[in-house]
Amino acid sequence: MLDLSLSQCSLHVLKQRAFLLQKIRHYFESQDVLEVETPILSSAGNTDIHIENFTSQAINRDFDKSYLRTSPEFPLKRLLCSGVGDVFEIAKVFRRGEISRTHNIEFTLLEWYRLGFNYQQLIEDVEALLYSLFNAFKVACETSQSLTFFQSFQSALAINIEEISLEELNQVCIKNAYSGSVLSKDEALDYLFATQIQPQLDKNCLTFITHYPASQAALSQIDSDNPQYSLRFEVFFQGHELGNGYQELTDGNELLQRFEEDNVQRKDNTIGIDENLINAMNVGMPECSGIAVGIDRLLMVLMGIGEISEVLSFNASNS
Amino acid sequence: MANVGINEFKNGMKLLINGEPWNITDVDMVKPGKGQAFTRIKMKNLKTGRVVDKTCKSTDKMETADVMELDYQYLYNDGDTYYFMHPETFEQIEASKEAVGESAKWLMEESICTVTLHDDNPIVIVPPNFVNLKITDTDPGLKGDTSGGGGKPATLETGAVVQIPLFVQIGEVIKVDTRTGEYSSRVKD
Repeated sequence: MLDLSLSQCSLHVLKQRAFLLQKIRHYFESQDVLEVETPILSSAGNTDIHIENFTSQAINRDFDKSYLRTSPEFPLKRLLCSGVGDVFEIAKVFRRGEISRTHNIEFTLLEWYRLGFNYQQLIEDVEALLYSLFNAFKVACETSQSLTFFQSFQSALAINIEEISLEELNQVCIKNAYSGSVLSKDEALDYLFATQIQPQLDKNCLTFITHYPASQAALSQIDSDNPQYSLRFEVFFQGHELGNGYQELTDGNELLQRFEEDNVQRKDNTIGIDENLINAMNVGMPECSGIAVGIDRLLMVLMGIGEISEVLSFNASNS
Repeated sequence: MANVGINEFKNGMKLLINGEPWNITDVDMVKPGKGQAFTRIKMKNLKTGRVVDKTCKSTDKMETADVMELDYQYLYNDGDTYYFMHPETFEQIEASKEAVGESAKWLMEESICTVTLHDDNPIVIVPPNFVNLKITDTDPGLKGDTSGGGGKPATLETGAVVQIPLFVQIGEVIKVDTRTGEYSSRVKD
């Protein structure tokens, strides 16, 4: 007899997890998107100032250390540059310090890229995949709403994020139970979005938040119609952030500049920049959109489970 | 004192923050995938029982000091100072009236208390969850009333006053829940 008493995850959940992966692969097969595997260990890391990399011994003498991937984004983009076409990967990724009821330091990302898609077309693709999964898991949800980042603050908090001063923004955070050190504008927006807006989003439908501020563009294109904003979006369901998507930045020089700006902010804790990616993009990256969806959290919402540890065979505290 | 990162806080940690002893009862993180991480802490003041929620940047730090919780046996008091003894090492410690606070009314000689120590100084004394105390004064109840309905105040041998059922009389020993200050049952020899 199977004894799962050492795990917080039941056999039923393990089976549903396998079923979910099967359904995802089925969807991408029907869309003619190729499944690939890319390296977990790399000589380059992620410079994103809000993500902490795990490091290990150097792969070879040219480097002083190596990094466990925080997403499969860089090698997948190199594949796009090499002309492989639409790709997806179901990738184990690692982020230091991210432990909570909905975070585990090691988790599974589904990341995919569609050539020639703008962000709106990718949103439709995300909807199609998620509706097919809702159907398979008998989750009642057939509608979605789309709001810009600006609109979400206006409707939930009556704040005009273009006009409010940093001081006023900090005051709003304090009124909403914040008690830490002074926040920058992006930090304050992060706080209010995560604690006030996200929990209030309509739980019966998928929500896409689009056009994040240019300062939070990450690796997305800046919106040429309104350069204060970027072509980055996130998808939410039942209060959970499920994925983060971009109409992708394809300019290698601009990407290098963003990496270097991150490293300036990181001060002593700089991260090795992925020169291979920059070189590949300088050769030519096709116009595309891509997204990463957290599989563990997706399984949580599909099964109505509140703790990430219950959808993992073993979580970080006993891995 | 040490500057501890909020992200190092764990459930069950006991810390001195701004001179007050706190028990961390819940820690969670809120983090947008591409944004600043925030840590949400629930903590309970070990002296007053007050529960406070704090949300800070996970990278923020707080001035804290470690505290220890140990079991000690209560010996006696001289009005201002309360004396306790470690049941195994027989080491004696002195606690001020302030540290003992409201717990004083539940202290009987020999009862084992949880003592919170900071730099070897007792700062909080928590009595056992249940204590057995003799009733020294209460109104005589109506004869034959064993319904348990209603109640009356009773003064106990330590001076504490609790509500008891009408049928319980002077000289009887009762069991009291010190966390709520409520009568629990009669204790028969």
